[in-house]
Amino acid sequence: MPTASRDVVISNKLGLHARPAMQFVELANQFSSRVQVQSLAGENVCADGKSIMQMMILAAVEGTPLRIVAEGPDAEPAVEKLAALINDKFGEE
Amino acid sequence: MKFGEFIVSEAIVPELKAKDRDGVLRELVGSLVAAGSVPKGAADELVAALIKREKQGSTGFGKGVAVPHVKHAKIKKIVGTIGRSVEGVDFAALDHQPVYSVVLLLSPANQHEQHLQAMNIIFSSLQKDTFRKFLRQSATAQAIAELLDEADQGK
Repeated sequence: MPTASRDVVISNKLGLHARPAMQFVELANQFSSRVQVQSLAGENVCADGKSIMQMMILAAVEGTPLRIVAEGPDAEPAVEKLAALINDKFGEE
Repeated sequence: MKFGEFIVSEAIVPELKAKDRDGVLRELVGSLVAAGSVPKGAADELVAALIKREKQGSTGFGKGVAVPHVKHAKIKKIVGTIGRSVEGVDFAALDHQPVYSVVLLLSPANQHEQHLQAMNIIFSSLQKDTFRKFLRQSATAQAIAELLDEADQGK
Protein backbone atom coordinates (compact mmCIF):
# COMPACT_ATOMS: atom_id res chain seq x y z
CA MET A 1 0.00 0.00 0.00
CA PRO A 2 1.47 3.39 -0.96
CA THR A 3 2.36 5.71 1.88
CA ALA A 4 3.29 9.38 1.83
CA SER A 5 4.10 11.98 4.43
CA ARG A 6 4.65 15.73 4.71
CA ASP A 7 6.04 17.80 7.56
CA VAL A 8 4.30 21.12 8.08
CA VAL A 9 4.16 23.86 10.68
CA ILE A 10 0.93 25.41 11.94
CA SER A 11 1.28 29.03 10.89
CA ASN A 12 -2.10 30.66 11.46
CA LYS A 13 -2.24 32.90 14.50
CA LEU A 14 -5.08 31.09 16.29
CA GLY A 15 -3.56 27.64 15.89
CA LEU A 16 -5.47 24.46 15.08
CA HIS A 17 -8.75 25.45 16.73
CA ALA A 18 -12.10 23.83 16.00
CA ARG A 19 -12.93 25.39 12.63
CA PRO A 20 -9.60 24.69 10.89
CA ALA A 21 -9.51 21.24 12.47
CA MET A 22 -12.95 20.65 10.96
CA GLN A 23 -11.71 21.84 7.55
CA PHE A 24 -8.82 19.40 7.81
CA VAL A 25 -11.08 16.48 8.76
CA GLU A 26 -13.54 17.25 5.95
CA LEU A 27 -10.71 17.30 3.41
CA ALA A 28 -9.09 14.15 4.83
CA ASN A 29 -12.40 12.32 4.50
CA GLN A 30 -12.43 13.00 0.76
CA PHE A 31 -9.56 10.52 0.40
CA SER A 32 -9.77 6.78 0.86
CA SER A 33 -6.31 6.60 2.43
CA ARG A 34 -5.87 6.37 6.17
CA VAL A 35 -4.64 9.75 7.44
CA GLN A 36 -2.70 10.25 10.64
CA VAL A 37 -1.36 13.47 12.07
CA GLN A 38 1.51 13.42 14.50
CA SER A 39 2.57 16.37 16.60
CA LEU A 40 6.34 16.69 16.51
CA ALA A 41 6.32 19.10 19.45
CA GLY A 42 7.46 17.26 22.55
CA GLU A 43 4.89 14.64 23.42
CA ASN A 44 4.51 13.11 19.94
CA VAL A 45 0.73 12.86 20.13
CA CYS A 46 -0.80 11.06 17.16
CA ALA A 47 -4.35 11.68 15.91
CA ASP A 48 -6.63 10.15 13.32
CA GLY A 49 -6.83 12.89 10.69
CA LYS A 50 -10.40 11.88 9.88
CA SER A 51 -11.71 12.38 13.43
CA ILE A 52 -12.47 15.87 14.73
CA MET A 53 -12.38 14.69 18.36
CA GLN A 54 -8.87 13.31 17.87
CA MET A 55 -7.59 16.31 15.91
CA MET A 56 -8.58 18.63 18.78
CA ILE A 57 -6.29 16.66 21.09
CA LEU A 58 -3.25 17.87 19.16
CA ALA A 59 -3.78 21.34 20.72
CA ALA A 60 -1.47 22.65 18.00
CA VAL A 61 -0.66 26.31 18.59
CA GLU A 62 1.01 28.56 16.03
CA GLY A 63 4.50 27.21 15.37
CA THR A 64 3.70 23.55 16.14
CA PRO A 65 5.42 21.14 13.72
CA LEU A 66 3.14 18.34 12.50
CA ARG A 67 3.71 15.26 10.35
CA ILE A 68 0.88 14.19 8.07
CA VAL A 69 1.08 10.52 7.12
CA ALA A 70 -1.28 8.86 4.64
CA GLU A 71 -1.52 5.22 3.72
CA GLY A 72 -3.65 4.04 0.82
CA PRO A 73 -4.17 4.34 -2.93
CA ASP A 74 -4.44 8.17 -2.86
CA ALA A 75 -1.81 8.76 -0.16
CA GLU A 76 0.28 11.19 -2.19
CA PRO A 77 -2.50 13.59 -3.28
CA ALA A 78 -3.97 13.37 0.23
CA VAL A 79 -0.83 14.60 2.01
CA GLU A 80 -0.24 17.19 -0.70
CA LYS A 81 -3.73 18.74 -0.37
CA LEU A 82 -3.74 18.53 3.43
CA ALA A 83 -0.31 20.15 3.70
CA ALA A 84 -1.45 22.91 1.35
CA LEU A 85 -4.47 23.60 3.58
CA ILE A 86 -2.20 24.07 6.60
CA ASN A 87 0.35 26.12 4.65
CA ASP A 88 -2.47 28.37 3.42
CA LYS A 89 -3.31 29.00 7.10
CA PHE A 90 -6.84 27.63 6.54
CA GLY A 91 -7.67 30.96 4.95
CA GLU A 92 -7.02 32.75 8.25
CA GLU A 93 -4.37 35.25 9.34
CA MET B 1 -4.44 21.98 32.15
CA LYS B 2 -7.21 20.18 34.07
CA PHE B 3 -11.03 20.36 34.08
CA GLY B 4 -10.79 21.74 37.62
CA GLU B 5 -9.00 24.83 36.31
CA PHE B 6 -11.89 26.05 34.17
CA ILE B 7 -15.10 24.07 34.79
CA VAL B 8 -17.17 25.88 37.42
CA SER B 9 -18.73 23.08 39.51
CA GLU B 10 -21.46 25.36 40.89
CA ALA B 11 -22.56 26.14 37.33
CA ILE B 12 -23.04 22.52 36.19
CA VAL B 13 -26.61 21.89 35.06
CA PRO B 14 -27.47 18.19 35.55
CA GLU B 15 -30.90 18.51 33.91
CA LEU B 16 -31.23 21.20 31.29
CA LYS B 17 -34.68 22.74 31.04
CA ALA B 18 -34.10 24.12 27.56
CA LYS B 19 -35.20 21.94 24.66
CA ASP B 20 -33.37 23.68 21.83
CA ARG B 21 -29.81 24.74 21.07
CA ASP B 22 -30.16 28.47 21.66
CA GLY B 23 -32.07 27.85 24.87
CA VAL B 24 -29.33 25.53 26.12
CA LEU B 25 -26.65 28.15 25.37
CA ARG B 26 -28.70 30.77 27.24
CA GLU B 27 -29.28 28.43 30.19
CA LEU B 28 -25.59 27.51 30.54
CA VAL B 29 -24.35 31.10 30.26
CA GLY B 30 -27.04 32.06 32.80
CA SER B 31 -25.75 29.38 35.13
CA LEU B 32 -22.21 30.79 34.88
CA VAL B 33 -23.60 34.26 35.64
CA ALA B 34 -25.49 32.91 38.68
CA ALA B 35 -22.27 31.30 39.90
CA GLY B 36 -20.52 34.66 39.62
CA SER B 37 -18.10 33.46 36.94
CA VAL B 38 -19.35 35.68 34.12
CA PRO B 39 -20.44 39.33 34.45
CA LYS B 40 -24.23 39.59 34.20
CA GLY B 41 -24.04 42.44 31.72
CA ALA B 42 -22.09 40.25 29.28
CA ALA B 43 -24.60 37.38 29.13
CA ASP B 44 -26.64 38.52 26.10
CA GLU B 45 -23.53 39.34 24.11
CA LEU B 46 -21.95 35.97 24.92
CA VAL B 47 -25.07 34.02 24.00
CA ALA B 48 -25.29 35.92 20.70
CA ALA B 49 -21.62 35.16 19.97
CA LEU B 50 -22.11 31.46 20.79
CA ILE B 51 -25.15 31.25 18.49
CA LYS B 52 -23.23 33.00 15.71
CA ARG B 53 -20.39 30.50 16.15
CA GLU B 54 -22.79 27.54 15.93
CA LYS B 55 -24.22 28.94 12.71
CA GLN B 56 -20.74 29.02 11.18
CA GLY B 57 -20.36 25.33 11.92
CA SER B 58 -21.97 23.12 14.53
CA THR B 59 -19.88 22.18 17.55
CA GLY B 60 -22.01 19.06 17.81
CA PHE B 61 -19.05 16.92 16.81
CA GLY B 62 -20.98 13.64 17.01
CA LYS B 63 -21.63 10.83 19.51
CA GLY B 64 -24.09 12.89 21.54
CA VAL B 65 -21.74 15.66 22.60
CA ALA B 66 -21.41 19.35 21.74
CA VAL B 67 -18.70 21.80 22.74
CA PRO B 68 -20.03 25.32 22.07
CA HIS B 69 -17.25 27.82 22.60
CA VAL B 70 -16.28 31.39 21.93
CA LYS B 71 -13.42 33.76 22.60
CA HIS B 72 -14.65 37.09 23.86
CA ALA B 73 -13.20 40.35 25.17
CA LYS B 74 -15.63 40.35 28.12
CA ILE B 75 -14.08 37.12 29.42
CA LYS B 76 -10.97 37.72 31.53
CA LYS B 77 -10.35 34.17 32.73
CA ILE B 78 -11.21 30.95 30.90
CA VAL B 79 -14.42 29.38 32.28
CA GLY B 80 -16.70 26.55 31.35
CA THR B 81 -19.60 24.45 32.48
CA ILE B 82 -21.46 21.30 31.56
CA GLY B 83 -25.12 20.72 30.83
CA ARG B 84 -26.89 17.40 30.54
CA SER B 85 -30.06 16.88 28.55
CA VAL B 86 -32.10 13.78 29.29
CA GLU B 87 -34.20 13.98 26.13
CA GLY B 88 -31.45 15.23 23.84
CA VAL B 89 -31.21 18.53 21.96
CA ASP B 90 -30.89 19.21 18.24
CA PHE B 91 -27.49 20.87 17.75
CA ALA B 92 -27.39 20.27 13.98
CA ALA B 93 -24.67 17.77 14.90
CA LEU B 94 -22.30 16.34 12.30
CA ASP B 95 -23.83 12.88 12.71
CA HIS B 96 -27.38 14.32 12.77
CA GLN B 97 -27.98 12.75 16.19
CA PRO B 98 -29.31 14.52 19.31
CA VAL B 99 -26.87 15.96 21.84
CA TYR B 100 -27.07 14.81 25.48
CA SER B 101 -23.91 16.36 26.92
CA VAL B 102 -22.92 19.98 26.34
CA VAL B 103 -19.53 21.35 27.41
CA LEU B 104 -19.56 25.14 27.17
CA LEU B 105 -16.25 26.99 27.05
CA LEU B 106 -15.70 30.76 27.23
CA SER B 107 -12.16 32.00 26.62
CA PRO B 108 -10.51 35.42 26.73
CA ALA B 109 -9.98 36.96 23.31
CA ASN B 110 -6.20 36.80 23.27
CA GLN B 111 -5.20 33.53 24.95
CA HIS B 112 -5.17 31.10 22.04
CA GLU B 113 -2.84 28.59 23.63
CA GLN B 114 -4.89 28.27 26.80
CA HIS B 115 -8.04 27.83 24.72
CA LEU B 116 -6.43 24.99 22.76
CA GLN B 117 -5.24 23.34 25.99
CA ALA B 118 -8.76 23.44 27.43
CA MET B 119 -10.10 21.92 24.20
CA ASN B 120 -7.41 19.24 24.49
CA ILE B 121 -8.63 18.29 27.98
CA ILE B 122 -12.27 18.30 26.90
CA PHE B 123 -11.74 16.12 23.83
CA SER B 124 -9.27 13.76 25.50
CA SER B 125 -12.14 12.73 27.74
CA LEU B 126 -15.04 13.09 25.31
CA GLN B 127 -13.50 10.71 22.81
CA LYS B 128 -13.59 7.91 25.41
CA ASP B 129 -16.75 5.81 25.17
CA THR B 130 -16.85 5.21 28.93
CA PHE B 131 -16.50 8.92 29.78
CA ARG B 132 -19.35 9.86 27.42
CA LYS B 133 -21.52 7.08 28.83
CA PHE B 134 -20.90 8.08 32.47
CA LEU B 135 -21.39 11.77 31.67
CA ARG B 136 -24.75 11.03 30.09
CA GLN B 137 -25.78 8.91 33.08
CA SER B 138 -24.65 11.33 35.81
CA ALA B 139 -27.90 12.72 37.18
CA THR B 140 -26.51 15.23 39.68
CA ALA B 141 -24.03 18.10 39.51
CA GLN B 142 -21.96 16.30 42.13
CA ALA B 143 -21.76 13.11 40.07
CA ILE B 144 -20.61 15.13 37.04
CA ALA B 145 -18.03 17.02 39.14
CA GLU B 146 -16.72 13.71 40.49
CA LEU B 147 -16.41 12.33 36.96
CA LEU B 148 -14.33 15.38 36.00
CA ASP B 149 -12.20 14.94 39.12
CA GLU B 150 -11.48 11.35 38.18
CA ALA B 151 -10.49 12.44 34.68
CA ASP B 152 -8.17 15.08 36.21
CA GLN B 153 -6.55 12.38 38.32
CA GLY B 154 -6.03 10.22 35.28
CA LYS B 155 -8.39 7.44 36.39
